[in-house]
Amino acid sequence: MQFDVEINNQPVSAKRGETIKNVLDRIGIHVPTLCYLSGFSPTGGCRMCVVEVDGFSELVPSCSHPVTEWMKIKTHSPRVLKARKVLVELLLAGHPDDCLYCERSGKCGLQDLAAELNVRERKYHGKRQNIQIDKACLSIVRDPAKCVLCGRCIRICDEIIGVSAIDIVGRGSESKIGTTYNKGLNTHTCVKCGQCIMVCPTGALTEKSNIQAVLDALNNPVLFPVIQFSPTVPASIGEDFNIKASKDILNLLRAALKKMGFRQVFDTSMTADLTIMEEAAEFIERFQKHENLPFLTSCCPSWVKYIESTRPQLLSNLSTTASPQQMMGRLIKNYIASSAGQKVENVFVVSVMPCTAKKHEADQDRMNDGITRNVDVVITTRELVSLIRLLGIDFNSLEPEPVDTHYSMRSAAGNLFGISGGHLEGLLRTVYQMMTGQEMSTLKINELRGLKGRKEAKIKIGKATLFVAAVSGLANVKSLVEDIEARRDNFSIIEVMACPNGCINGGGQKLNPDEKSIKSRMKALYDVDEEEMIRVAHKNPVIIDLYEKFLAKPGSDRNKELLHVVRTTREGSCVIHFTGNLCLP
Amino acid sequence: MASVTSNEIKEFLVEKILKNHSNIFDKATQEQLSLIKRTKVSRPVIFVGMGTCALIAGAEKTLKAAEKYLADHQIAGEVIRVGCLGLCSAEPLMDVQLPGKARISFHHATEDKVEDLLNSAFHRTLLQETILGQFKNEAQEEWSKITPIDQLPYFARQQRIILCNSGIISPYLINDYLAHGGYKSLYKTVLNYTSDKVCEIVDQSELRGRGGGGFPTGKKWLITLGTGSDKKYLICNAEESDPGAFMNRAIIEGDPHRVIEGIAIASYAIGANEAYIYIRSDYTQSLVILENAIKQAKEYGFLGNNIFGSGFNLTIYIRQGAGAFVCGEETALIASIEGRRGMPQAKPPYPAEKGLFGHPTIVNNIETLANIPAILENGPAWFKTIGTKESRGTKLFSIAGKSLNTGFIEIPMGVTISEIVNTIAGGVKDGKELKAVHIGGPSGVSVPKQNLDTAIGYETLQEIECFIGLGGLIILDEDTCMVNLTRYFMEFLQKESCGKCIPCREGTRRMLQILEEVTRRPKEESTHETLERFKGVVELENLAAVIRDTSLCGLGKNAPNPVISSLKWFRDEFEEHIFDRKCKAGVCHDLRTFIIDAESCNGCNICQKKCPENAIIGTIKLPHFIIASKCTGCGICFDSCKFNAIYFK
Amino acid sequence: MTKENLESIFSKYPGNKKDGLLPILQEIQDQQGYLTDELLAEVGKYLNLPSNKVYGVATFYDQFRFHSQGQYHIRICNGTACHLIGSSTYLAELEKQLKVKAGSTSKDRKFSIEISNCMGACDSAPVIQINDVFYTHVTDSDLDRCIRSIKEKTE
Ligand SMILES: Cc1cc2nc3c(=O)[nH]c(=O)nc-3n(C[C@H](O)[C@H](O)[C@H](O)COP(=O)(O)O)c2cc1C
Ligand code: SF4
Ligand code: SF4
Ligand code: SF4
Ligand code: SF4
Ligand code: SF4
Ligand code: SF4
Ligand code: SF4
Ligand code: SF4
Ligand code: FES
Ligand code: FES
Ligand code: FES
Ligand code: FES
Repeated sequence: MQFDVEINNQPVSAKRGETIKNVLDRIGIHVPTLCYLSGFSPTGGCRMCVVEVDGFSELVPSCSHPVTEWMKIKTHSPRVLKARKVLVELLLAGHPDDCLYCERSGKCGLQDLAAELNVRERKYHGKRQNIQIDKACLSIVRDPAKCVLCGRCIRICDEIIGVSAIDIVGRGSESKIGTTYNKGLNTHTCVKCGQCIMVCPTGALTEKSNIQAVLDALNNPVLFPVIQFSPTVPASIGEDFNIKASKDILNLLRAALKKMGFRQVFDTSMTADLTIMEEAAEFIERFQKHENLPFLTSCCPSWVKYIESTRPQLLSNLSTTASPQQMMGRLIKNYIASSAGQKVENVFVVSVMPCTAKKHEADQDRMNDGITRNVDVVITTRELVSLIRLLGIDFNSLEPEPVDTHYSMRSAAGNLFGISGGHLEGLLRTVYQMMTGQEMSTLKINELRGLKGRKEAKIKIGKATLFVAAVSGLANVKSLVEDIEARRDNFSIIEVMACPNGCINGGGQKLNPDEKSIKSRMKALYDVDEEEMIRVAHKNPVIIDLYEKFLAKPGSDRNKELLHVVRTTREGSCVIHFTGNLCLP
Repeated sequence: MASVTSNEIKEFLVEKILKNHSNIFDKATQEQLSLIKRTKVSRPVIFVGMGTCALIAGAEKTLKAAEKYLADHQIAGEVIRVGCLGLCSAEPLMDVQLPGKARISFHHATEDKVEDLLNSAFHRTLLQETILGQFKNEAQEEWSKITPIDQLPYFARQQRIILCNSGIISPYLINDYLAHGGYKSLYKTVLNYTSDKVCEIVDQSELRGRGGGGFPTGKKWLITLGTGSDKKYLICNAEESDPGAFMNRAIIEGDPHRVIEGIAIASYAIGANEAYIYIRSDYTQSLVILENAIKQAKEYGFLGNNIFGSGFNLTIYIRQGAGAFVCGEETALIASIEGRRGMPQAKPPYPAEKGLFGHPTIVNNIETLANIPAILENGPAWFKTIGTKESRGTKLFSIAGKSLNTGFIEIPMGVTISEIVNTIAGGVKDGKELKAVHIGGPSGVSVPKQNLDTAIGYETLQEIECFIGLGGLIILDEDTCMVNLTRYFMEFLQKESCGKCIPCREGTRRMLQILEEVTRRPKEESTHETLERFKGVVELENLAAVIRDTSLCGLGKNAPNPVISSLKWFRDEFEEHIFDRKCKAGVCHDLRTFIIDAESCNGCNICQKKCPENAIIGTIKLPHFIIASKCTGCGICFDSCKFNAIYFK
Repeated sequence: MTKENLESIFSKYPGNKKDGLLPILQEIQDQQGYLTDELLAEVGKYLNLPSNKVYGVATFYDQFRFHSQGQYHIRICNGTACHLIGSSTYLAELEKQLKVKAGSTSKDRKFSIEISNCMGACDSAPVIQINDVFYTHVTDSDLDRCIRSIKEKTE
């Protein structure tokens, strides 16, 4: 039902069921918000978005209050502005004055509010909160003193990731975001996905920074620093430098990394192809034996952590194939050692990932060869942007740099790993070929594309029909796991990515992405699929070469030792250390 | 009575009394009824008030002593636990009813006095000063020279509808309630009225919610009824989180079945088959009584399936609060029942449309619900004859603080505050002056003397910027420091803020900080700091406006009330604290100035040794002296002087 | 608390429904005296809630304790009526003499202090409860005596 309301003395038409904020957004009037999270039902908690409505004795939160007929609304009246300003001043009363040292400075919602509302003095003097920073987790750092208790992190963790690793602890002014018995984040159901960081308006949640470690490695003459990047990095990094994602950006990125001092640059897509080969073989074996189905992919460390700590009953369904990041680390070390004559322990592998959980994965080191780690340091896309800026590299005036190593050869399949459904699509292409000896006629599987949290498809492969699903946003696995356990649907393969829409929207990516940028990142990767010459993993020449020279048949016992990891339950602490001595020849 | 089985009594009460449409009975029925009601007894009956505060005053021991007395003297009588009459300051109360005589009530009947008191009753040699009064009873012989209870100043001005049985019947016996006409309204309602009709009757009675908001109850019910949802809930709010108020508890401890009947009628009216009672967990006594009452009502078929064959089903669950003031707020209460943190939710949607587990839910205060049986029994027109035009009916208050009498009362709306304080509560204790009356709990208002002639009622109180609130009324004498009291309320509210919204969570904290600065003495006093304190007070008003304007729930919206009202009515006390650094009432310890009286000081030197600030000078055996500028007012010297030579002002 | 006790509490709230959370925690605390990390986890498992959620809920409410009470558990009322008659000075005195802060238990587990918002006996203010015994109309010297006696008994 349509009706008119009056906003700042102008008639505006509105619909029943809309909130005041919906109407304001439509007509382009900005009100500040703090707790509001687009896509979630509003809580009306922070009161920053209040507006004045005729006939109401108090101010009304625009994010949660529905519009009704004949409302007369004032969005920026003196009374409203004063109220908002006081709210910010109150928040700042006990806030650490740390902007100069704060990771969020310049990208901080609280800072923006203070600027927007023209806060120019410390009006109230509260005691500075003295709360310990939680550094226990290998991926995420929590500094509760900077938290404004907007509750956004909790909602994401509850509703999108579904693990509820954090909640408000205590009541009133004593409340903080915390975990059971206020232990470190490492002891909990947290899967390190970093989605909470993405929505936190302040510096209360940040990734564990490895910038210094990277700089140290670059400046250490003994080391041979090399870097790998995830396919999502070129798909999104342009946003920070105002460059549209395209094929060129790949070469600009290489140029930037080279300029920073990395001796060689690798594209993780290549080992994504390798992952596909191993997984395909692993799946086919189980499929033929009717064992441990559905087959669950394991490239997302958050998902692996989730099963290992929360759903151990599914451990045997999980693929044992190592993630592309870890495989690449392993290969690079040996490759450099042999090709560039470096000692393995001097090769320093950095990876740039869209992901905070990959820090945890690398530190966990299940494929430890007893001498070095596979990946020495993981940085997020955000950290890479900071590094580029820190080192004064002008991204826009770089000369594109071509591929410098054949280990960067990729197929479009591996490249698709960044999108929910993409990994599965790539995997199916090779499964098809391995099962039938023929290529799929249409490589694109439409049902597995798009923004939905759970996508399903039926694929005919020879005589068999595979029922497959791709799930993203870890909370969506809940119903899936129920389906699996009740054996409702006879799934063959399920791909899971913890972050909504997959790694393109990972917890290490640019903050506050909107749907438009997610779609553009998706498009960038699907465009590669359209344009790339090699579109299936098994045709990637490096992969063929690797299997010929180095590895045994996909899925063979020997490869299992080299490219697969042990899956294990873990209660309590999330860190597990493996000290295998599985060395490549 | 001994020959009558409990089943026969039950059948008699249900068939002859409950199902009788009128209250006129034949002689035999009348006779049996008065036996059950104990208005006529065949052997002595001793009643002991067992409300929570009576228990704390030692009623359990009184009861034991009374039982022992009967055993020792081989008297075939019985001892009955009753609820509470409401005059807490007279507890423990023990009533005695002898065959043929009116029931009399002894005040302060502690264990040690029981023997004497009972002797005096049984020997008919009553001592005036031990007696509170006697209960009117036409059929029985009156005691001479004993005032009827309802003529005592404490009771004369009261009109007891909800409390009519409190202190008289046993809260443990459903038969007592039935004998007093209980459950008749429920019977009538479920068999004769449609849901719409019940809502209409309640709407016509113009009953307004007693939980503080004053929303018309009938209107609220109609909203829920109108949702057409097939799943609805009723919640009885007995959280009573206001510290210093206890009349809701008293309803349960006095007459639990009235509450159950009210809940049942309300559930029928809105179409709910499940109801919750949310009660404060500290009320252990009430909890036992309620659980027992629900069990009995189920046994009698007044709860459960197909009540009175009407097809109406109702289950009542009890949920205990867990110690959070804010859970009195309806949406927080719902969150708490659902097993979540008790944080209020933005309204709309209102619980009447979308409440417990997402279904339409009516949250009513327990006092509101306790009014329902009487309204259904006597009709809306009757209800409207009580109270004032805008505020119909009666209101319960609990009276605490510095008055002579304390306890809980039920008065018709329209009685003035001054009547409550001076007549009912008997004025201020110990001959002190009255300073103010605090109404409405921690977020209420202290009404100054000049406004005491205001009548109790929603609109009338609003004219003096006051609210009825839940019904807590605290009498403040001249020794009260209004600044300290304001700080105390703010401290309470800031501790109880749920923390969801910024204005309440952070704003109350800053207000408290400012008030603390006013009542605390810094090490060094400079004009600058005086100015800062003064600015702080101006800031209080500023903050109050924003907190009121932007808070999510009633806790935050009303949190500035005590500050605003105290600043308005007792500004001089604030200024005295700020500029003169004095607390006349001597409550703000930090602001005391200590002085040694040279006359009484014998120079023992103890105080000098103990003073942590080295603020005392003097030579042994000569009067000592306190250097005011060094003294921080800690009071150590005051405590240590054995010769009472140190005083403060 | 044994597994059977826990099971029997759970069995009163069948169906793993979340609204059983508060009553379950209340019953556990009644039996055990306080809530432990392991018990919270068990409750979480039963109700399908992460233990963080259970902890978040439990810490919201004043009723729940996460450490055991002292041999002498002192509840002091700081409701309005009791405050007016000076309960806060009594509280300060208790804290000083027994060397334990309100809301906690002394290291030797002898004393613990809890503040009540109102014990429902405002008439008899100020009210202090030590274990099961109520002390009403408490005066300075009453308090002194109480403190001395419980201190002596725990020597
Ligand atoms: C902070 C706060 C505390 C409240 N405490 C109580 C309470 O203890 N008891 C109560 O009945 N209502 C309380 N209320 C009011 C309830 O939210 C609700 O309005 C009331 O129970 C509705 O019942 P009524 O319509 O019968 O008055 C409180 C409200 C607020 C904002
Ligand atoms: S969180 Fe924001 S406001 Fe706070 S210190 Fe960091 S940048 Fe500054
Ligand atoms: S913005 Fe202000 S604080 Fe920051 S560097 Fe410039 S002058 Fe210094
Ligand atoms: S990293 Fe992910 S799982 Fe961990 S707290 Fe944040 S949102 Fe929750
Ligand atoms: S940690 Fe960040 S997102 Fe979470 S409540 Fe605090 S400020 Fe909000
Ligand atoms: S979906 Fe991708 S970015 Fe997100 S946690 Fe998994 S691997 Fe990391
Ligand atoms: S006003 Fe206070 S109690 Fe109410 S929601 Fe806001 S913070 Fe919570
Ligand atoms: S009150 Fe304290 S500081 Fe002042 S003189 Fe006495 S002992 Fe010294
Ligand atoms: S303790 Fe009393 S008597 Fe002794 S010196 Fe001090 S003031 Fe005088
Ligand atoms: S943004 Fe509307 S209340 Fe927080
Ligand atoms: S500790 Fe955080 S990754 Fe394990
Ligand atoms: S007289 Fe019984 S509760 Fe006060
Ligand atoms: S205020 Fe202390 S018992 Fe009520």
